[in-house]
Amino acid sequence: MSPAPLLALAASAPVNHTALFMFLGFVALTLVITYYSARRSSGTSAYFAAGRRITGWQNGLAIAGDYMSAASFLGIAGMIAFKGYDGFMYSVGWLVAYLTVLLIVAEPLRNAGKYTMADVLAYRLSPRPVRAMASLSTLTVSTFYMIAQMVGAGALVKLLLPGVGYEWVVSGVGVLMIIYVVFGGMLATTWVQIIKAVLLMSGTIFLSLLVLSHFDFSFSKFFDAIAHVPVKGADGVMATKDFLQPGLVFGRTAANPWGPLDLVSLGIALIGGTAGLPHILVRFYTVPDARTARVSVVWAMILIGLFYIMTTFLGFGAATILTPGNIPVENMSAPLLAKALGGEIFFAFISAVAFATILAVVAGLTISASTSFAHDFFTNVIHHGREHRPGEEVRVARITAFVVGAVAIFLAIKLQTINVAFLVGLAFAVAASANLPVIVLSIFWKRFNTTGAVAGLGFGLLASIVLIIISPSVMGIDVPGTAASARHLIQHAAMFPLKNPGIVSVPLGFLAAVIGTLLTKEPAAEKLFAELEVRANTGLGAEKATPH
Amino acid sequence: MSSPDPLPSDPTPESAAPTDIAPIGRAGAKPPHERTASEEAGAINWDAIDADPDFRGLLRDKARFIIPATVFFLAYYFALPILVGWFPDLMKHRVGSVNVAYLFALSEFFMAWIVAGFYVVKAAGWDKTAAALLARFNH
Repeated sequence: MSPAPLLALAASAPVNHTALFMFLGFVALTLVITYYSARRSSGTSAYFAAGRRITGWQNGLAIAGDYMSAASFLGIAGMIAFKGYDGFMYSVGWLVAYLTVLLIVAEPLRNAGKYTMADVLAYRLSPRPVRAMASLSTLTVSTFYMIAQMVGAGALVKLLLPGVGYEWVVSGVGVLMIIYVVFGGMLATTWVQIIKAVLLMSGTIFLSLLVLSHFDFSFSKFFDAIAHVPVKGADGVMATKDFLQPGLVFGRTAANPWGPLDLVSLGIALIGGTAGLPHILVRFYTVPDARTARVSVVWAMILIGLFYIMTTFLGFGAATILTPGNIPVENMSAPLLAKALGGEIFFAFISAVAFATILAVVAGLTISASTSFAHDFFTNVIHHGREHRPGEEVRVARITAFVVGAVAIFLAIKLQTINVAFLVGLAFAVAASANLPVIVLSIFWKRFNTTGAVAGLGFGLLASIVLIIISPSVMGIDVPGTAASARHLIQHAAMFPLKNPGIVSVPLGFLAAVIGTLLTKEPAAEKLFAELEVRANTGLGAEKATPH
Repeated sequence: MSSPDPLPSDPTPESAAPTDIAPIGRAGAKPPHERTASEEAGAINWDAIDADPDFRGLLRDKARFIIPATVFFLAYYFALPILVGWFPDLMKHRVGSVNVAYLFALSEFFMAWIVAGFYVVKAAGWDKTAAALLARFNH
C-alpha cells in the first residue's frame, strides 16, 4: 500500500481508539502492580531500593526501561529517516556510555552507598555541604530531564492521538507517575520500567522484521534502497540521495563549521553523563550485591545495543519505504512506518508503547529526585542524619514525589509552546560535568576532600547551565514567522559556538574539583580512604538485601 | 563458593574458651549478617585489610585491566566522530553494499559488548580474590 492515503487517514482520524485502549490496558496493569507493591513493601529500604531484591536480568530490563526514552525511540528513528547515517552515528554514544557505568561506577557505588550517589561522597567527606550540593545537582538533572520528557509527551499526543488535549495528557502522565512513586515506591517503578522495556523491545523487533521482510530479508536490497532515497533538493527537484553517507547533520559546512566538534562534545556528555544520571545510579541499589549490579549492566547493554541497532532499521526503513517527503514530522517516522507495514492495530500498539516509554522514564526520574531530597537533603542535611520519627524519610520522599510531580505538570503545561529539546542535553551535561568528576575522584583519589567536591559539583553545574544558555540551543536570531516551538528562547546571536557544552564543561568540573582539593587539606577524609577503598573493592559491609 | 558474609560462627564454644555457655538471645555480639553498615564500621579493621599485600594486588590487577580498557574504548568511540568529521572522504569509501562509516559505527556496538564481556570474565576472578581475602580476615 502506498503511504500517502494512510497519511491522509492519520490526519483525519479524530481519536485513535485502539491506541487509547491499549494504553489504558498498560495503565491498568501498572496500577495493579502498584497496588501489590504498596501492600508488600514497608520500610525505608523497601521504598527506596525495592528491598535490594531485584535480580540481575530484572534490573537490566529496568535500566533499559529507565534509559530508553521516547526521544531515542522516536527521535533517533526520525533523525535517520530524514538525515540518514548521521542519526546512526548519534545513536552509538548512548550504548558506549554504559562502559563507563560498568567499568568505573556501578560496583563501587553499590558497595559503598545506600540510596543515592551522595552516600558514596559523604563516606569520607564532610556530609552536610557535600550532600546539599549533590542533592541540588540531582534535583537539577532530574527536573530538567522530566520537563523535557513531559513536554515531549504532550507534543507526541498531538501527533499520535489528535483530539486528546495536551493538558489532559500531561496531567495524566504526571498523575500516573505520582501514583506509581508515592504508593508503589521503587518496586512499582521497577516493574513499570520492566514492562515498558519488554513492550518497547517487542514492538521494535516486530517492526524491524517487517522492514526486513519488505526487502525479502536481503540486506543488499535494503542497503541499495538506502543508497537511493528520493528527496527534494533545495531547488525543489526530486533527486536520489545516498543516506548511508555521513555529513547531513554533523558535517562541516560553511554555515555550520562546528558540526563535527559539536558531535564530539555531545559524545563527551553522553559517555560521562550516563554514569552520573541519578535515575540510573539509584537502580544499582535495588540489587543484592555488586556482582548482580554488574550482571544487570551487561543485560542492559545487550538490550540497549540491540534496541539502537534496530532503531536504525526503523529509521532507514522509514527513509526507504515511506521516503522523507511523505512524513510530516520527523518524530512520526517510526509510528507511520508501523502503520504502513503493520496496519492500524500495529500503529496503535507503537503509539501506546511510546506513552509507556515516557511514563517509565518520568517515574524513574521522580523517584530519584524524591530519594535525593528526602535522604540527602532532609534527613542528612537538615536533621543531621537522624530520623526524628520512624518512617519519616519515606514520608518526606512521598511528599517530595507529589510536589515534584505537580511542579512538573505545571511547568510542562506552561512551557508547551517552548522549544525544550535542549533540556535533555543540559541534563547529560550537568551529570557529566558535576556528578561524574566527584564520584570518580572520591573513589580513586585519596587526597580528594570536601572543598574539592563542593567546587566540582558547583562549577560543573554552573558551567553547564551558563554554556547552554549562551549556546545556539538557547540563543539565536530567528527569521520572522518561525514556529513558537522552534524559536530560540533568547533572540541574540549565540556567544558559544557549540550546542553541547560537554567538551568545555566536563574538564571545568574536573579542574574545579582538583583545584578545590589542592587548596585545602582534610586529614580526616584521607584517613577514611582506606575504608572506602576496601568497601568499594570487596563489598565488605555493603548494604544487604532485606529478608522476605 | 564463599560470600562476603559467612554464616554466623558455630555457637559451640572452643575447648579453651573463657566460658562453656554459648550466649543466649541477643546478649552476645550480633552475627555479621545482622550487623548494620554503621555497626560494622567499628567492627572491622579496615586499615589492616587495605594494607594487606593481597588487597594491594587486587587493586593493581583491577587497574591493570580497567585503565587500558577505558583508554581503549574512549579512543575507539571518539575515533568515529573524529574520522567522520574531519576525514569524510575516507569514511565514504564503499565496501560492498555499505561503506566504511557504516561498518565503523556498527562495530562500535560489538566493541562495547566485547569490552563488557572481557570485563565480566576478569571481574569474576576479582570476586574470588576478594572473597578469599575476606575469608582470611574472618569476614
